[in-house]
Amino acid sequence: MNVLGLYNYWVVIALMMTGFYIVIAHGNLIKKLVGLTIFQTSVFILYISMSTVTGGSAPILKEGITLYSNPLPHVLILTAIVVGIATTALGLALVVRINEAYGSIEEDVIQQKDDEV
Amino acid sequence: MEAFILLALLSFLVLTAIAITRLTDLFAVVMLSGIYSLISALLFVVMDAVDVAFTEASVGAGISTLLMVSSLRLAGRYERPSRHNPILGFFVVLVAGSLLIYATLDMPSFGSINAPIHQYVAPHYIDDSMKEIGLPNIVTSVLASYRGYDTMGEVAVIFTAGIGVLALLSISRRRSVEREKTEHGRMHEQMILRIVSKALIPFILLFALYVQFHGDYGPGGGFQAGVIFAAAIILYAMLFGFPAAERVVNFSLVRLLSAIGVLIYGSVGVVSLISGENFLDYTALAADPVSGQHLGIMLIELGVGITVASVMMIVFFTFNARALQRKEKYL
Repeated sequence: MNVLGLYNYWVVIALMMTGFYIVIAHGNLIKKLVGLTIFQTSVFILYISMSTVTGGSAPILKEGITLYSNPLPHVLILTAIVVGIATTALGLALVVRINEAYGSIEEDVIQQKDDEV
Repeated sequence: MEAFILLALLSFLVLTAIAITRLTDLFAVVMLSGIYSLISALLFVVMDAVDVAFTEASVGAGISTLLMVSSLRLAGRYERPSRHNPILGFFVVLVAGSLLIYATLDMPSFGSINAPIHQYVAPHYIDDSMKEIGLPNIVTSVLASYRGYDTMGEVAVIFTAGIGVLALLSISRRRSVEREKTEHGRMHEQMILRIVSKALIPFILLFALYVQFHGDYGPGGGFQAGVIFAAAIILYAMLFGFPAAERVVNFSLVRLLSAIGVLIYGSVGVVSLISGENFLDYTALAADPVSGQHLGIMLIELGVGITVASVMMIVFFTFNARALQRKEKYL
């Protein structure tokens, strides 16, 4: 088993699980969104780790360079980052509206108010 | 040496993520998530993904942090300590994590040239893109030409998110007009910030245009340029107040532009369709296929840049108009 060759993937999993833990164990909605961002970034790192080639260069063609890293995951992740911020913005807008309707962004307070009705 | 830097950065990421779970002051959490993004951008540079690093640094560390802080202003700064028992969540995470680690055991090792991912499609892009598209930056060729259809979908998603934020948070026009015209941003008293930023803003705008039009040859392109352009306008708004920023950029024009960007992108596709080629096949745009590709890529990158810049401005301005309205209500 090659520990150094898999270390990247294990760190990705550790980050992914930290994000997942924040989403399920914390009640604050903004914190949950931060958790989702951590999860999302870990997926980005997973893709980019897979695109890397040892001794390779950034995928910009230049005379004298023969080994390039894989450009396809770069494209996928580049657009995913910008789409990610757009969806996060939408999530934050929803959080702001929830705060205006319930006066809180804590999950249990919101649940309590719903139960009272 | 490179492996060592990689290990150090990855360890920093884990530490930052753990610190984020433990803190209850959301302002600190948001700042740490900005640092987290910046470290991952560094990681992307080390792993040769320069375009991705550029995007992550400007979007993840810049705009994302700014938006989170804006919404903290509207939704409160402190998290209530949870009364739930965290053991169950911890158990779920542990089980899922171990299963995933088990799944990595037969993955190709990091950096291996023989990994399946490098055998299919990618060699074609690396070997033939210069001949077919004629651009040095392969990422731009793939983004704008080979996978242009995909990118168009992404631009549409960004546009839709902008509309969504407007639908959720926009306030009536009349109220914002009645606001006192002379109000400055809260950062206006900071003289150093004000002078330095004022000197920097033209250069940030110029840099955005450079990134926009140089994306074919080096790292950059419409996505990054749009975000940088929006960041310059947002900086201006934060320093000199929103009424001043509204005099510089007409907000209804920005809303219109966010749709025009998508329209430019779609129109390029329709024009190539009418010229007898496939949708978004730019070879039809000029007599020579390679110059057709150049023209098509420049146009759609322009569309992407316009939409991204306008949506980022729309989101930020809408959040802040909401905050101002709330302040008026309670005072």
